[in-house]
Amino acid sequence: MKGKTTNILLCGVGGQGILLASEILSSAFMRSGLDVKQSEVHGMAQRGGSVVAHLRYGEKVYSPLIEPGEADFAVSFELLEALRYLPYYGKDSRLIVNTQKILPAPVSAGMEIYPDDVLKQLSERRLSVFPVDAFGLARSAGESRAVNMVLVGALSVFLPVKEKTFQDVIRERIPEKLHSLNEGAFGRGREVVRDLRGGKH
Amino acid sequence: MKPKVAAEKRTLLSGNEAIARGAYEAGVKVASAYPGTPSTEILETLAGYEGIYAEWAPNEKVAVEVALGASFAGVRALACMKHVGLNVAADPLFTAAYTGVRGGLVIVTADDPEMHSSQNEQDNRNYAFAAKVPMVDPADASDAKEFIRQAYRISEEFDTPVLFRTTTRVSHVKSIVSLGEKETSAVKPGIEKMPEKFVMLPAHARKRRVEVGNRMTRLKEFAEVFPENRIEWGDRKRGFITSGVSYLYVKEVFPDASVLKLGMIYPFPEKMIRDFARKVKELFIVEELDPFIELHLKAMGIRCRGKELIPAMGELNPRVVRASVSGEPPPKIFDPVPIPQRPPNLCPGCPHRGMFYALSKLGLFVAGDIGCYTLAALRPLSAMDSCVCMGAGIGNAFGMEKALGEEALGKVVAVIGDSTFFHSGITGLVDVVYNRGFTTVIILDNRTTGMTGHQPHPSSGMTITGDCTTSIDIETLCRAIGVQHVSTVNPNDIEATLKVVKTEVGRRAPSVIIAKSPCVLLPEMRKRKDKKLYVVLPEKCAGCRTCLKLGCPAIEWVPLTGEEAKKLGYKEAQKGYSRINAVLCDGCGQCGPLCKFKAIVVKGKDEG
Repeated sequence: MKGKTTNILLCGVGGQGILLASEILSSAFMRSGLDVKQSEVHGMAQRGGSVVAHLRYGEKVYSPLIEPGEADFAVSFELLEALRYLPYYGKDSRLIVNTQKILPAPVSAGMEIYPDDVLKQLSERRLSVFPVDAFGLARSAGESRAVNMVLVGALSVFLPVKEKTFQDVIRERIPEKLHSLNEGAFGRGREVVRDLRGGKH
Repeated sequence: MKPKVAAEKRTLLSGNEAIARGAYEAGVKVASAYPGTPSTEILETLAGYEGIYAEWAPNEKVAVEVALGASFAGVRALACMKHVGLNVAADPLFTAAYTGVRGGLVIVTADDPEMHSSQNEQDNRNYAFAAKVPMVDPADASDAKEFIRQAYRISEEFDTPVLFRTTTRVSHVKSIVSLGEKETSAVKPGIEKMPEKFVMLPAHARKRRVEVGNRMTRLKEFAEVFPENRIEWGDRKRGFITSGVSYLYVKEVFPDASVLKLGMIYPFPEKMIRDFARKVKELFIVEELDPFIELHLKAMGIRCRGKELIPAMGELNPRVVRASVSGEPPPKIFDPVPIPQRPPNLCPGCPHRGMFYALSKLGLFVAGDIGCYTLAALRPLSAMDSCVCMGAGIGNAFGMEKALGEEALGKVVAVIGDSTFFHSGITGLVDVVYNRGFTTVIILDNRTTGMTGHQPHPSSGMTITGDCTTSIDIETLCRAIGVQHVSTVNPNDIEATLKVVKTEVGRRAPSVIIAKSPCVLLPEMRKRKDKKLYVVLPEKCAGCRTCLKLGCPAIEWVPLTGEEAKKLGYKEAQKGYSRINAVLCDGCGQCGPLCKFKAIVVKGKDEG
């Protein structure tokens, strides 16, 4: 790990809370004494379109952008989006994929078909995929909009950041009345990925 | 306790937030801007700092004029805009270069290589050369904050406005920034009459022109000692001259090479460049968009390689820089797979949709404009036929009419947003009235600047800080200009909208239609309790797809095989049915009356 910069690609649909998720991750890295750069795009790109954020951390980070093939982790907030950013993955990439489907306009208009084999296509390429029902978990935590926090929790299992640091950052970034709800969502995401990894805590 | 204090001094900021913080630390008193991606958050952040007057100006030209006025009064001032905004503000910029300043004046231009949210990708470094003013070019948020401080010093020391250029990957990248203390300028605020400096009559301007030349000579000398122009010596086989975010790509890809980083991109430190060029074996210029550094070096007679290797279009990234410079083929990656595109779309419940549905039904040539509503050009609405720049639609429609005469009557319409109308639509409308046109202008009044994130504008009744102010009434304004036929419609009522548009486009006189309905993303609209959600009664849906022509993200098509159709009680030939996604529906009601089969009804009320 020393000296190497780690790359996290976050992708999904405008309005899913990707920017907040990447801010929480970045703040957690900074708290942990790491350098970090986080790149995102605003404006027209956000109106329900495909959205991607690049996040890089390490001892010293130069480029704000991840090169194709170089994502160490990818968190897809929506099922189909996991496939859109395929050129960014490498053979050792680990993918956290929200199994929630949000239909793109050409699909809901009946002009195109939503593929039914997204996870299969990913695993056919021997990518290590962790499917998470983030929408269901967020709802069971009491707030369907907390999908982003479930996914941050899911990713957190792999990161060199203490759970407590994430809790501190979430508490600072989110209004007090939503603390326990978001912490609950974070915890559920974390649990699911721990279970998927076969109890390697 | 000590580490805690240290932690507070270091924080994560985007380039835009760092510019705002830098302006605060530099003691800026007046800041003006028009929102535009990727620059918008600078003023939004600055408005939160105490002791600074921040405002949304109606356009960038006004913003620069306000900031220049503040500078005349002896305070530090800031104007911010996206790259195309500087075209609008170019007029005051070029002459502010002559008047110079009293208080420091910095003008931020945020360029958008790759056109993430813009209509072109012009390289605004060219403005520094053309306007004869210095320009700084930060690489990240930390640079951005420090460069702002330096820019105010340069502005006051050299009596010049300073251009401050960012790109999307500087403005919208967050990185760690150390916070500093607030400093004060030595300039004393107050009224000072200096006509030879501030009144650009030709006789005065000629004298100031000489001063501008002398200033450039002094700035060139300064560039040699400016600490942000620096050489990082490494392996001398390859030397790179670069600036802005391109510097970060070079460091990422060639960490051991020698690099000359230009913090000030204009004027150039010529001695430093010659010295660097002499000491490296092969010299590369890595810059996004135009060969700005490269052309200057070549004019100096220095051999270097730039755009022959590196693309002059779109954003750079480490992969492009590596492949271009080393000539090695990039490592193999997974090929993209064909999947449905996910283009941006008008939101569910967006009132613009009703108007553009009506326009698509009428088949008019729609001379459009800049805003969320430009998305109406996409399928299935396909209801915009031109979009050039802020305010252009009105002039475009009027020009088409003058070109075609009677033939254009009833066939062309201009559509413009409310914020865009205040920005630069008013003068176009004046032209229509003054020069006896019959143009119909549709003003989409959703009470906010939607695309850039809901900034208030002159008819919102609110300032950037949320304070109440006069709301400039669009209808009264249009009547005052001399438009006699001004009507207001609710675009969610498509039938009524169709009727009004039909009548007005056929009129042999200028007319304005105000399509009035608030943006559904405004907080008061989000919180409204009387939302009536809609559902499709599946037994009534005939699968005619009329509702799909709205392109509403909440209306989904469920395809069926003949067998499935039969099972559900449909005719075997029915290819599918529509359903409304209850999570997405915003209750605008546009779809209901469109359904001839009365299959779309208010949830709970008409479900039966």
